[in-house]
Amino acid sequence: MTAAVWDGLVGQAPVVERLQRAVAGDMTHAWLFTGPPGSGRSNAALAFAAALQCPDGGCGHCDSCHQVEVGSHPDVGVTRTEKLSIGVDEVRELVRTSALAPAGRRWQVMVVEDADRLTDQAANALLKAIEEPTERTVWLLCAPTAEDVLPTIRSRTRPVVLATPSTEAVAAFLTSRDGVAPEAASYAARASQGHIGRARALARDEDTRRRRVEVVGIPARLTSLGACMTAAADLHALAQEEATAQTSEHDAREKSELDRAYGVVERGRRPREYAPALREMEKSQKTRAKRRILDVVDRGLMDLVSVYRDVLMVQLGTSAELVNAELRGDVDRIAGATTAEQTLRRIEAVFEAREQMLEFNVPPLLALESLMVALCQW
Amino acid sequence: MAQRRGSETGGAVPREVLGRIVLVTGPEEFLAERAVQQVRELVRETDAEAEVSETVASDLTMASLGDLAAPSLFSTTRCVTLRRLEDLPDDAGPGLLDYAAAPADDVALVLVHSGGQKGSGLLTKLRKADTVVEVKTAAPTPRELPGFVTAELRGHGSRIEPEAADFLVLAVGHDLRSLSAAAHQLASDFEGRPVTTEMVKQYFGGRAEAKSFVVADHALFGRTTPALEELRWALDGGTAPVLVSSALAAGLRGLARLMSAPRGQSEGDLARAVGVPPWKIKTLRSQARGWEPASLGHAIRVVARADADIKGQASDPAYALERAVITVSTARQSS
Ligand SMILES: [Zn+2]
Repeated sequence: MTAAVWDGLVGQAPVVERLQRAVAGDMTHAWLFTGPPGSGRSNAALAFAAALQCPDGGCGHCDSCHQVEVGSHPDVGVTRTEKLSIGVDEVRELVRTSALAPAGRRWQVMVVEDADRLTDQAANALLKAIEEPTERTVWLLCAPTAEDVLPTIRSRTRPVVLATPSTEAVAAFLTSRDGVAPEAASYAARASQGHIGRARALARDEDTRRRRVEVVGIPARLTSLGACMTAAADLHALAQEEATAQTSEHDAREKSELDRAYGVVERGRRPREYAPALREMEKSQKTRAKRRILDVVDRGLMDLVSVYRDVLMVQLGTSAELVNAELRGDVDRIAGATTAEQTLRRIEAVFEAREQMLEFNVPPLLALESLMVALCQW
Repeated sequence: MAQRRGSETGGAVPREVLGRIVLVTGPEEFLAERAVQQVRELVRETDAEAEVSETVASDLTMASLGDLAAPSLFSTTRCVTLRRLEDLPDDAGPGLLDYAAAPADDVALVLVHSGGQKGSGLLTKLRKADTVVEVKTAAPTPRELPGFVTAELRGHGSRIEPEAADFLVLAVGHDLRSLSAAAHQLASDFEGRPVTTEMVKQYFGGRAEAKSFVVADHALFGRTTPALEELRWALDGGTAPVLVSSALAAGLRGLARLMSAPRGQSEGDLARAVGVPPWKIKTLRSQARGWEPASLGHAIRVVARADADIKGQASDPAYALERAVITVSTARQSS
């Protein structure tokens, strides 16, 4: 019988088993959680943190487990960022906190969700803390792959590698945990390609489903230059729409918190420090919005890849299940009209566009236009 | 425009200013200053000897406010400007409202409020007074800037071609003071002649955005040699390479949208669909001759790659751009 905190980890039995052994005593001071987006890296790290703090190894319902879940546990520090990098000052502060004795006399757990975004300088500051750990300190770092952190960090942390959960595991999770009807769960699980958060959003939210349907419908529509330009503009607009939906509420809340902190009321005077603080906040909101748009576009690109992956499966004559089973007609048509080699080149073009946007800051609209042209079959 | 008392005029200054209070509100400093100057001119038109003075509201006391309203010993016409009305000390407010209720006949009082919430209670009360006319200043949006430029030139008795007004905004930027100065200069140097894009280029072509636009324009017309010359010239002058790649991208986007727009649309609908001002359609049409969808698509791919190269994928951004410019301009020629 596994303890309740592990229930949210879908299709990760070997990982759960390894972490439970650690809770039972086979411990070390630094861990590196890696796995594809949506496989639940940070969920796994948090479950581990809860299990380490819980008197019952992660019962899921005691005060301690609850505090970890809502982020208020005094001995569990979680660093997550909307910024593109985590700087050295932030890490030095973390290192100072990590050296404090835990209030609950168990562990001082430091979770860093985006360890891939540590600057080299920040990573080196962290390295020192990992090399000479305080007795009760545990570092839980998360990154997409082990290659995303400095080799020196990699070699001093114990790896926890999460797998992409199977469609069946995700569907079963949606049904048992969220009460999603089997058919909808199966669609969401397939379409998400093992991304739990995405699967839940697809199962729950009509708008998310609609946007995905529009994106995967793109390849069949790319029959002229005009269609390419339209597809690029549409995908960009969809991403902006979704990013705004995600950030606007958060932004408004942040603004009202700021106003309250500075005692600003409707017509009152503003303290001198308010204007710079407001500017600073607006700047970080802009950064966040930009990042969010990139995240959403990126996911759209992975949805596009799923269509070409299906095309390739048909062209290679495999009997693999289609991710986009409902697009069977489109997929067969594209598969018949092109070669497997062309399909591979198109998949490459998607990754090129992705790199242009994420690595080189090419404006998303331009990168998408260029991509659609490469995918076009005139 | 008919003036009502206790009213708001939009942007215009009322004809009658003596014995009244002109309330200038809004954050657009340049336009606010212009309103103040216009009131002064009107006063001087009435009385060339008029006494012009100004003070900031924070310095205003009950006593100095009294001086405002008191009949002058020499009974001269006066124009008094009170700036930063939002900083008016609280205890001076009632005095100012009293004055507004019965202003002196030979005084034009201009109150300048810089926008914002501060002092808005006083504004509300002032607006209720019959003697107060409000001039609201609002910065033109970027789309309205060519219209602003055109109006400026008209004010100097000159005309400007729509394309040239657009280019002037591109070349000078969005600062109203600079735009107004540029319009003034063009009007006086090309007196009587309508201002063309060439004239604007000759005077203000030095700004980075304008240079990038010129490079892209040559490239999209398939003029390789001038495009490369302008590129070299722009980069040597410190134009950021990314401005050139984004000008190329914008140009290609416009062309691709124009070429794939359904036929038989009105100019206006077409301009909206393409995302450019209507006058631009003509330029795009002549650029479009010689482009095929496939070559245009190829050019878009090349520019996206060049943009990535410039931002770090390649060691030499100038070389990456040069290659992109050559590929784009020859893609048109060869087709
Ligand atoms: Zn517990």
